[in-house]
Amino acid sequence: MVKLNAGWREIPIGGKIVDAGNAREYETGSWRATTPVVDQEECINCLLCWILCPDSSIDVKDEEMVGFHLRFCKGCGICAEICPVDAIEMVPETEPEE
Amino acid sequence: MSRFEAMDGNTATAEAMRQVNPDVVAAYPITPQTSTVQTFSQFVADGEVDTEFIRVESEHSAMSACIGASAAGGRVMTATSANGLALMWEMVYIAASNRAPIVMTVVNRALSGPINIHCDHSDSMGTRDAGWIQLFGENPQEGYDNAIQAVRIAEHEDVLLPVMSMYDGFITSHGLERVQIEDDEAVRDFIGPFTAHDALLDVDNPVTYGPLDFYDFYMEHKRQQVEAMKYAKRVIPEVAADFEKHFGRRYGFFDEYRLDDAELALVVLSSTAGTARSVVDSLRAQGLKVGLLKPRVFRPFPAEELADALRDKIVVGVMDRSDSFGALGGPLFVELSAALKTYDVSAKMVDYVFGLGGRDTTPSQIESVFRDLAEMAETGEIKQLVTYLGVRE
Repeated sequence: MVKLNAGWREIPIGGKIVDAGNAREYETGSWRATTPVVDQEECINCLLCWILCPDSSIDVKDEEMVGFHLRFCKGCGICAEICPVDAIEMVPETEPEE
Repeated sequence: MSRFEAMDGNTATAEAMRQVNPDVVAAYPITPQTSTVQTFSQFVADGEVDTEFIRVESEHSAMSACIGASAAGGRVMTATSANGLALMWEMVYIAASNRAPIVMTVVNRALSGPINIHCDHSDSMGTRDAGWIQLFGENPQEGYDNAIQAVRIAEHEDVLLPVMSMYDGFITSHGLERVQIEDDEAVRDFIGPFTAHDALLDVDNPVTYGPLDFYDFYMEHKRQQVEAMKYAKRVIPEVAADFEKHFGRRYGFFDEYRLDDAELALVVLSSTAGTARSVVDSLRAQGLKVGLLKPRVFRPFPAEELADALRDKIVVGVMDRSDSFGALGGPLFVELSAALKTYDVSAKMVDYVFGLGGRDTTPSQIESVFRDLAEMAETGEIKQLVTYLGVRE
């Protein structure tokens, strides 16, 4: 992976990225303005959110939805929109941790 | 064994392409380039090459396909002219910044409008900042030789830049001349096998081409292109020296004719240099100390070498076959003026814009340019900075 402050002699020519799977290094979570919060009591584990999340940010363990990968979640709200039981709420970034 | 044939520039270029046997050629017909790729497509149809020939719906697609094929790991060639090059514009820049070593023959033709199919240099001069290496050839032989050398220059691992090889539309593209066609094996031996860098088809080493490149890295990638051009200035003479060893014909950054002891120098690209040479001879016979410099390499611009070649001249007349509207003069004049100023050459300089849209340039017109230069040398004054040679007032 190219270092952020690398000089022109140290980086691949032509803007090419020669490391595979590098999307993992790009933490799009910093783009987020609203954060999804799930109510596990309501969730029926239909996994529609897991199917539709454009950033593969739904955390699933043993076929159960257990939360979000917030380093990558952009806060688009598709999961909240699609949830058939309204178990996901989008909370403004300023007050997500309560 | 090499052979001599009567060939026009486009047929000679198609011969070079046949001998190079590129993996992919993607092209769209446009006058006066058409017969280059048409002749080559016959080689494809006859099974004389292994090339994948891609018929596209526009030049934008042609260059896009070339870039894709190059990224995939292929040796790629194409050809175009004028408005075809203009339609490629976006992709011409991307080819260079992706560092795709594509070789493209550009048969020089006036850009529309008004629409015109004949020669001037406005098409390739417009792309002089696109990041391509640019070679200008005088005749079919030079078109053939430059196309072959271009492959070696483009693919050199310290360069990896696309190369444009130019010659004059119709005058050179369709004019029959004696051309020495080298032996197929000798040409293939000269260019060597193709080594792909970061090929998309190399599935064991995945690579991403063309990702977003913002303020954090874009400038570093541009700096790399500058460096590649600097390397090209070293590689172009190396390739020329090896070419001379293989085939006996000598190439440099530029060609000098009776320039050494000349006081008045004329600088002109491509086929007009042939006419100018005969004028130099006739004026030399009259005792005028005149000489000619014909640039071959326009990008990278050999500024210091040109300055050294013109250092002790009294007046330098530049002939530009295209204009840069609103600039000090034509592109060759502006660039050469900057070079001579930078390297402390004190010669006076004037510009003659000529031959736009294919207008003929006669020996008597070139003689009138030399007479102007002689007068300027005598009076020490520049009568007119830019003259439009042969325009009706």
